[in-house]
Amino acid sequence: MSLADGPLALGSGGELTTRPMGVFARPGEAKGWRSWVTTVDHKRIGIMYGAAALVFFVIGGIEAMLIRLQLATPDGKLLSADLYNQVYTMHGTTMIFLVIMPLGAAFMNYLMPLQIGARDVAFPRLNALSFWVFLAGGLVLNSAWLLGGGADGGWFNYAPNNGVRFSPTHGIDFWNLGLLIAGIASLVGAVNLITTVLNMRAPGMTLMKMPVFTWMSLVVQFLLLFAVPVLTAAQFLLMFDRLFDAQFFNTQMGADPLLWEHLFWIFGHPEVYILILPTFGIVSEVIPVFARKPIFGYPFMVFSGIAIGFMGWGVWAHHMFASGVGPISVAAFSISTMFIAVPTGVKVLNWMATMWGGKLTFDAPMLYSIGLVTMFTIGGLSGVTHALAPADTQQTDTYYIVAHFHYVMFGGGLNGFIAGWYFWWPKVFGYRLGERLGKINFWILLVGFNLTFGPMHILGLQGMPRRTYTYRDGYGFNFWNFVSTVGTFIIATSMLIFFANIFLSYRKAKKEQLSVPADPWDARSLEWMVPSPTPAHNFDVIPTVSHLDEFWHRKYGEDEEGRLVRIAATEDVVQKGDGRGVHLPSPSYWPIVMAFGMPWIAYGLIYNLWFCVLGGICVVAAIYGWIMEPATDPDAGHDDHPADHDEPSDASGEAVATEEAALVD
Amino acid sequence: MTDLADTTAVGAHPGAATHDHTHVTATGISNEKVAMWAFLGSECLLFGGLISTFLLYKDRAADGPVPHELYDIAFTSISSFVLLMSSLTMVLAVSAISRGDDRALRAWLLVTALLGSIFISGQVYEFKEFLNEGLGFTTSPAGSAFFTLTGFHGVHVTIGIVMLISAALLSRSGRITQRNAEAVEIVGLYWHFVDVVWILIFTVVYLIK
Amino acid sequence: MTDATTTDVAITGDHDHEHSHGLDDKGYVKIALWLALITGAEVAWSYLPVWEDASGLTSFAEVAGLLVMMAIKFAVVAGFFMHLRFDNKLLTRLFYSGLVLAVVVYVIVLTTFEFWSS
Ligand SMILES: [Cu+2]
Repeated sequence: MSLADGPLALGSGGELTTRPMGVFARPGEAKGWRSWVTTVDHKRIGIMYGAAALVFFVIGGIEAMLIRLQLATPDGKLLSADLYNQVYTMHGTTMIFLVIMPLGAAFMNYLMPLQIGARDVAFPRLNALSFWVFLAGGLVLNSAWLLGGGADGGWFNYAPNNGVRFSPTHGIDFWNLGLLIAGIASLVGAVNLITTVLNMRAPGMTLMKMPVFTWMSLVVQFLLLFAVPVLTAAQFLLMFDRLFDAQFFNTQMGADPLLWEHLFWIFGHPEVYILILPTFGIVSEVIPVFARKPIFGYPFMVFSGIAIGFMGWGVWAHHMFASGVGPISVAAFSISTMFIAVPTGVKVLNWMATMWGGKLTFDAPMLYSIGLVTMFTIGGLSGVTHALAPADTQQTDTYYIVAHFHYVMFGGGLNGFIAGWYFWWPKVFGYRLGERLGKINFWILLVGFNLTFGPMHILGLQGMPRRTYTYRDGYGFNFWNFVSTVGTFIIATSMLIFFANIFLSYRKAKKEQLSVPADPWDARSLEWMVPSPTPAHNFDVIPTVSHLDEFWHRKYGEDEEGRLVRIAATEDVVQKGDGRGVHLPSPSYWPIVMAFGMPWIAYGLIYNLWFCVLGGICVVAAIYGWIMEPATDPDAGHDDHPADHDEPSDASGEAVATEEAALVD
Repeated sequence: MTDLADTTAVGAHPGAATHDHTHVTATGISNEKVAMWAFLGSECLLFGGLISTFLLYKDRAADGPVPHELYDIAFTSISSFVLLMSSLTMVLAVSAISRGDDRALRAWLLVTALLGSIFISGQVYEFKEFLNEGLGFTTSPAGSAFFTLTGFHGVHVTIGIVMLISAALLSRSGRITQRNAEAVEIVGLYWHFVDVVWILIFTVVYLIK
Repeated sequence: MTDATTTDVAITGDHDHEHSHGLDDKGYVKIALWLALITGAEVAWSYLPVWEDASGLTSFAEVAGLLVMMAIKFAVVAGFFMHLRFDNKLLTRLFYSGLVLAVVVYVIVLTTFEFWSS
């Protein structure tokens, strides 16, 4: 395996030298842990997002297994009622904010700049900041387990239940401050990636030539940009209530707890699309490759994504049908919710039409993608059933809802990410994940998933309430609960197979000195035009784009009868990874220093305000260090500078969009 | 969306002639400017939430006073006017640096910061008055909502003042010159935004009963 | 739609504006004077004796007048001081999409609380 010149090494920017810059010498390492801590490379940041998400996935998975073990039999004794509340709250929060969201960020960070033909994101240091701040938030949230117990009010922590009176431990404070910090990460990331998509596209890459994944990333980042501040506002109110005795949710003073519910779900419903649209983008990339057909109805794919983004703002009260918002609100939100099924349905139909008549091959990425399409459709259909308010009042707070959103988030979300792992793994790490284990992995996961969450539909319709730590014998809940618990272990097994696959494939590739070509799947978009693993500078020359599926069109054309013919050998089209004279943004300590200060502010708010001062000094110092430090170290690697300072573009006479990967950030 | 695709196709000109550091981007707008505007769009949702909270709670004061009984409209009008004029001085700072007039830049930046500080002092005075008259942060939902909304705005102004002073210092040490005049413009965008938020608050919170 | 409708040459009419980067200093001072004037009008408006008899219609007129003046001030600061009128329209769209979204969403929230009937 050729990691030596792969993502663990800084590419052809020339030798980096250090020079004093404020209190720190500018980091210059290209390898080792320090190079990761100070990296501003979008690819490494993407990898770190993915790795962190997997660690949190294991934590959230253990919490899920505890829940299922508790519910395996009636009158379970494993968890107390109090601990059960904490475990399911932390399970939901972890999986949503620390697993699926950062997995989306991982894929977007790694792929989106490559897909638009850029050398990096618009603000590489801010990108690093996003990651480290996200990690800080995740650690604050989970540190609750060591400091007196986790939050216990459900992932939405409804008022007034979230007040000190009803939840006297600091669990909800950790939840609140951890997510506030993670929200800063999301917001910074959204600003950064929106700017990147708008501004960093290669010449000729108009918006309607961008791959669907990039489009979905853009929609997601806009949703984050506008949804996160709503949650932030709500969380500040909660923080003031809990820590500074404000009266926002004190009903005895005339406050209205529905305010929290509204603010939470104004964020919460767009959040659903923040979670699912990245994987919609991923399967929209995978399916055309394994059907050997362009995506069916590209503009519909794009506009349905945008439509989902817009309409997602007008449906939030469907989470509140049972809260007494009044008949007019219920009717209006019920109708708008039914409408939002339309663009989602358009996507499902387009995926099927893409496969229809295609030369299908069922490699692991394709299997998971089909898994997403089918499982998500089941979840989508059960979702439509609770758009109908009368049915919803029956389903609210039962396991039917739990079944629904796991089909959407796990069957839709996670399946798509695993599809993405199998698909892009060679591009990122330079070796392929084993195909045989991948298929076994898929089928076991599919069985385990349906055994775990399928029965919950039945349990829910039978009336089994969610968020209740046990059930009594004789209600008819025993059998399906047991089946569901068995399913959880099958899911766990399949995930172990996945981790084993990573390890075994890595060992095999290393032993047999296997390397992967730039384009192992005969794929369509620009990221496959660079060597695997991607060199640090991405593109030797920035491609000039004239088609949707640019890379495909460089390989294939049509003959007179409109049949697909190869017009160029892949080896002649792909780049060699030997670019010279490329300036890369220099690594920096400041992002991690700034992120380091934030947990201290959080702990200070909870325990002692003096900590806030320390954390604040750290953050402010980092901001000033950041401003004084040029984004690209002027001392770094100027030796091999081309004389004319112009970067060659692969189409002569065209303007080059990006000269250096980054401007000042 | 297609017209967006059109305007953002291939390199339009990057702003005025002063931006010679600006590399060509796909939209022709510098990254920093796009980022700042995206951020300000996001801030609308934050302040919107706080303003809505205030509107919902403004009369819920249990036995205590409601903010409306305590407003001193004449006083707040003057401090609003001061903040509004700071937007003018900010524009003049941007205009000075685009001419390359560093001294005028620093002068206007500091005047802007001074006007901002006067506004903040006014707010501190107002808060004290309210406390004396029995409306505190913890007295009632109305009190919490009022202090949170105006306090959030005050924190934004304070951050803006720090940015203005920092920009003046950076100009003094030669790090902000005509070449990167856009840095001042972007600080200015933030400052004006804080001003327009106060335009909303002044009307919605203070003038409408 | 895929390839046909989007062309690479698409520098629109906005382009000309980008070189006239805002007003001169005198222009800004004038605008500031207008803003001050409107602020004065707002305060005066809210003290008009007409509103004394607080019937539904008059209080509606009072609030509507204040909101209109507020919106004008907002648009003037955003348009001139923040250069939106002179910059690429993309920036206007970025900002106003956030603003409009905020207004719409929060108006709906306040409606569900039956805020307007009070
Ligand atoms: Cu929803």
